[in-house]
Amino acid sequence: MAKEKKTLNLNFGPQHPAAHGVLRLILQLDGEVVEKADPHIGLLHRGTEKLIENKTYIQAVPYFDRLDYVAPMNQEHAFALAIEKILKIEVPSRAKYIRVIFCEIGRILSHILNVTTQAMDVGALTPTLWGFEEREKLMGFYERVSGSRLHANYFRAGGVHKDLPAGLDNDISEFCEKFPKIIDDLETLLTDNRIFKQRNVDIGIVSKQDALDYSFSGVMLRGSGVAWDLRRSQSYDCYDDLDFKIPVGKNGDCYDRYLCRIEEMRESIKIIKQCLQNIPNGPIKTEDGKISPPPKKELKQSMEALIHHFKLFTEGYRVEEDEIYAAVEAPKGEFGVYLISDGSSKPYKCKIRAPGFTHLQAMDYLIKGHMLADVPAVLGSMDIVFGEVDR
Amino acid sequence: MESYFSILFTEVYKIFFLLVPVLVSVAMIVWLDRRVWAFVQKRRGPNVVGPFGLLQSLADALKYIFKEIIIPASSNKLVFVLAPVVTMTLALISWAVIPFGEGFVLADINVGILYLFAVSSLGVYGIIMGGWASNSKYPFLGAIRSAAQMVSYEVSIGVIIINVLLCVGSLNLSDIVMAQQNLWFVIPLFPMFVIFFISALAETNRPPFDLPEAEAELVAGYQTEYSGMMYAMFWLGEYANILLMCAMGSVLFLGGWLTPIDIFPFNAIPGPFWLIFKILFLFILFALVKATVPRYRYDQLMKLGWKIFLPFSLFYVVLTSSFLLYFDLLPGK
Repeated sequence: MAKEKKTLNLNFGPQHPAAHGVLRLILQLDGEVVEKADPHIGLLHRGTEKLIENKTYIQAVPYFDRLDYVAPMNQEHAFALAIEKILKIEVPSRAKYIRVIFCEIGRILSHILNVTTQAMDVGALTPTLWGFEEREKLMGFYERVSGSRLHANYFRAGGVHKDLPAGLDNDISEFCEKFPKIIDDLETLLTDNRIFKQRNVDIGIVSKQDALDYSFSGVMLRGSGVAWDLRRSQSYDCYDDLDFKIPVGKNGDCYDRYLCRIEEMRESIKIIKQCLQNIPNGPIKTEDGKISPPPKKELKQSMEALIHHFKLFTEGYRVEEDEIYAAVEAPKGEFGVYLISDGSSKPYKCKIRAPGFTHLQAMDYLIKGHMLADVPAVLGSMDIVFGEVDR
Repeated sequence: MESYFSILFTEVYKIFFLLVPVLVSVAMIVWLDRRVWAFVQKRRGPNVVGPFGLLQSLADALKYIFKEIIIPASSNKLVFVLAPVVTMTLALISWAVIPFGEGFVLADINVGILYLFAVSSLGVYGIIMGGWASNSKYPFLGAIRSAAQMVSYEVSIGVIIINVLLCVGSLNLSDIVMAQQNLWFVIPLFPMFVIFFISALAETNRPPFDLPEAEAELVAGYQTEYSGMMYAMFWLGEYANILLMCAMGSVLFLGGWLTPIDIFPFNAIPGPFWLIFKILFLFILFALVKATVPRYRYDQLMKLGWKIFLPFSLFYVVLTSSFLLYFDLLPGK
């Protein structure tokens, strides 16, 4: 008589220290081996997409900060690009460079958080605190340019909100000189650490084909050896003029993804340096008064400017009837906005494609047959942020 | 009759004077641990309560005392309450045999090392009882892990101790210290010292072997359901055990209360202080390890214990005994 095997059902989260926010995983355990992982999402659902339908295009921008709140400006970028594509706005060169600088800062922000929390998930607490010291400086840059450390609301269709404040470019380039040393320090704690390697090498392997089948993007795809990066393949803003490499992994395990992120941080520093060197002078947003608000001093003298100002801050600008998909290479993967406009000043529909959502689908496939202790390691290397998964 | 009471009184008096300093130093050592950890992480650590934050542990203890003790409805209440008591008691009674100086020991028994070994083996019961009585999944998994872990590393510690005993020829801890007058055992038995240190980390559930309470996987392991003073007792027991392991390491390998160099400024310092210095040195190593390493996975930990440490220390027993035999250095001749 065959004896039925009894498995242990374990509720991993949502109040679990390693659940990366509010993930609820229902694990079926056979001893310590995971037989099935069933992710339950939706605990952070705020109805972002619906809310955006009731806001003008300018008012919708802050919702994008609150998706992947680890790298806010990268999301705003996708939304700005979508509107620009419909309206066919030419973005001034200086604005493009500023946007790229802050997107790369966002990438570093996200990767520091992810690399160090991946270390924390396998038990090393020190890298987190070292890394957060640097994130603090980067958020300082965010604050100086937008007035807010996290929810920047800085990118606009047609450029950015304001020019860089005096001295910020110097401080950023000073940071770029010092930061590679910090990455080296982090690497001494992790990269060749025997225990860190034992916990990550050959854990959560994704083959090239599976990565494509699960529609992975970003580091999850590049870690498996596919050199796919939207910054290169569908270049936007000034990425075409910049020289950077796309690091790819070999085995597609947690360790390769960790290495990819470390290398990407170094590449980001290179990109920021180039941008700071080549950044031209000039306007930082389109001078079309129908889209970007006029300078304050003109309001007192020009009737036209006053009308534009009034229209923009009451009704907002109208976007002609169209539909478009615009995507950026966010730190976590392809972040896309599918925008349907109906000629009014509010989007008819704004569908958000979050990379974390597609990655989380593969949780069961990645973790099956591994041990309970590998669950946080795999989860950490997937780089999940619940703001964007649940939207 | 009178003599019976006077003996009882002196014994209680002695125990009191051993336990109070041990408990106070446990509180201090928690502070030291947090400070070292904080410095590695570029933080300040506890520095507000009292000078240099030294009274932080006291403040924490007060907080724990005033917190409500929650006993889960589905738990086995007697065992649940008993578990922290067992952990703490076992951690404290081992101190009876640690010699602080020549003749400066509470119980100078001839099987001192066996007693120490036996009591520290019992330590796992507190954890198993706590994990089982909680009647909840995370504590249960934590308890299973710690049972396997502590038993495995107990074995290799046992074999390491045999190495030392071969060189001493006695199970008395004072004799072990006196045998190191010319040469501390850390020099001839250095590989054993390293393995002892690592096994001690595993034995006391310190990182990288803190699996029973692995935060990222098991929330807080066997302590998950505990609160208030009962949680604090687990905690105190854990640190008392760490301190004990450091003391054991100093007695077995670093010459206990002996001075490192027998010349004037050094031999003027009394023996107990040397022991304290050595314990502190080992403890700071413990703290630094905690601050720098990730955590092993359950199967990797078992592999390390059974497939690497045990064969190696067994091999070293053979090596040590053949060396002693060949050069006719066996003690007790």
